Amino acid sequence: MTDEQFEPKIVAFLCNWCTYTGADLAGTSRIQYPPNVRIIRLMCSGSVDPTYVLKALLDGADGVLIGGCHPGDCHYQSGNYKARRRIVALKEILKQAGLDEERVWLRWISASEGQRFADTVTQMTEALKAKGPNPMRQEWAV
Amino acid sequence: MKTVIPVEGNDVLAAVRGFLKQLLERGGVEAVLAPMVTPAGAVTPALVSDAAALDAVDPLAPVMGLNAARVVGPVSIREPRGRIAVVLRPCEMRALVELVKLQQASLNDLVTVVIDCTGTYSVPDYDALRANGGVDRAALMAAMATGDLVPQDGFTFRDACEMCEKPHAVGADVMLELFGADLSAGIPVTLPDEMAQALGLSAAEGSGTRVQVVDKVVAARTKVRDARFAEIRQQMDAEGIEGVFASCVRCHNCMTTCPICYCKTCLFKSPIFDHEPIQFMNWARRKGAYRLPADTMLFHLTRLNHMVLSCIGCGVCSDACPADLPVARVFRAVGQQTQAVFEYEPGRDVTEPLPLITFTENEWTSVGEER
Repeated sequence: MTDEQFEPKIVAFLCNWCTYTGADLAGTSRIQYPPNVRIIRLMCSGSVDPTYVLKALLDGADGVLIGGCHPGDCHYQSGNYKARRRIVALKEILKQAGLDEERVWLRWISASEGQRFADTVTQMTEALKAKGPNPMRQEWAV
Repeated sequence: MKTVIPVEGNDVLAAVRGFLKQLLERGGVEAVLAPMVTPAGAVTPALVSDAAALDAVDPLAPVMGLNAARVVGPVSIREPRGRIAVVLRPCEMRALVELVKLQQASLNDLVTVVIDCTGTYSVPDYDALRANGGVDRAALMAAMATGDLVPQDGFTFRDACEMCEKPHAVGADVMLELFGADLSAGIPVTLPDEMAQALGLSAAEGSGTRVQVVDKVVAARTKVRDARFAEIRQQMDAEGIEGVFASCVRCHNCMTTCPICYCKTCLFKSPIFDHEPIQFMNWARRKGAYRLPADTMLFHLTRLNHMVLSCIGCGVCSDACPADLPVARVFRAVGQQTQAVFEYEPGRDVTEPLPLITFTENEWTSVGEER
């Protein structure tokens, strides 16, 4: 597989109230963004179990995007603050374990930020293209 | 209050037993939970209600097979319960503090008794020593005065003990302060005033070199620790965690023995991983080959995620590993960095919240805001 052909796969865990709605707005607003993202809707960024992120990475996803409401805007008051700590911990652990923590992105994107969602997916796709495929894609012994 | 328990005939163990007996008879506790020697000679925690049976407790036995904090949970977690004195090593005390925060143990009605640790042998090594002329307890006790603790010829202390920079008692109700003490003269003890009164002990100071000896031991162990951390980090950078844990047989012993891994409904014992047969075929087709049992790295990385912030470094995971993997080194090394991010030290303070159950609004404010 050459770099020109490489199309990264991004698994996105988006909160129902902000980022998923923001993604929806990007769609209804006809904003173009790369088709590299597979969206999974959750009720809150605080319900993203780090194990979901790990499973996606170990099974070969090139990137994982976690989207939630901006701090202070969580539908459940504090889910995104908890998510923030969990992702900070997860990325530190990935880094320490010799895995590429830069494949995990956490972004606050509100329901009105369709453009920011499209921009984020575009940036992430470009960054992952530059990085190349997740080596775990080929690793059978994990 | 500080006091000194008298030692007669250089028999430190007898003095410790005597102190525990007093505690049981007059110290207001109904039982003592301490390492006890079985008729077969093994050492195991036991809950002792009969003072006469305390003749078989051996909290100074330099062996660690399990982390006793695991067994403190079940005897303390809810009422009605006994008022129990639990005799622990410093690492077991730290594990207990974490378990209390995880709501798996309670300090109510508990008197924690922590003894400065000599370092321990693995169970097989301890058994081998017992079979071949015995463990030189006198040498270990004498070495506590200077901190120059060395294992017997042909043996080593457990890996976790060799790099243990917290071998001294802190934060307990009762602390037997062996470091820096001339134990033939007596055991310096810190204990609550009312307990000292009930036991008829009056204030007395030990030799006063404990701080210096502890500093010396901590410095030496920290050096060993840092060298081993550097080694394992280099290996993780070079091979990834999948290289370090390549020989894992998925017995889950590390999880079973870990004092922090308490979940009764552990993800890895749940039906989540009971995939349909065709799912395995899909994975095998996608990658060309697929390791079975599946999700081995997911197991280790999830366990790191779940407990590494609370990892207190007792090392029982490594002892339990049939593949002899450096589980404790990995977890301690990753734990050190991850704990530092949250300025969290497991076992330090029972009132300090676990990093992942708390938050403030004004932290990591740039995370998620990248444009």
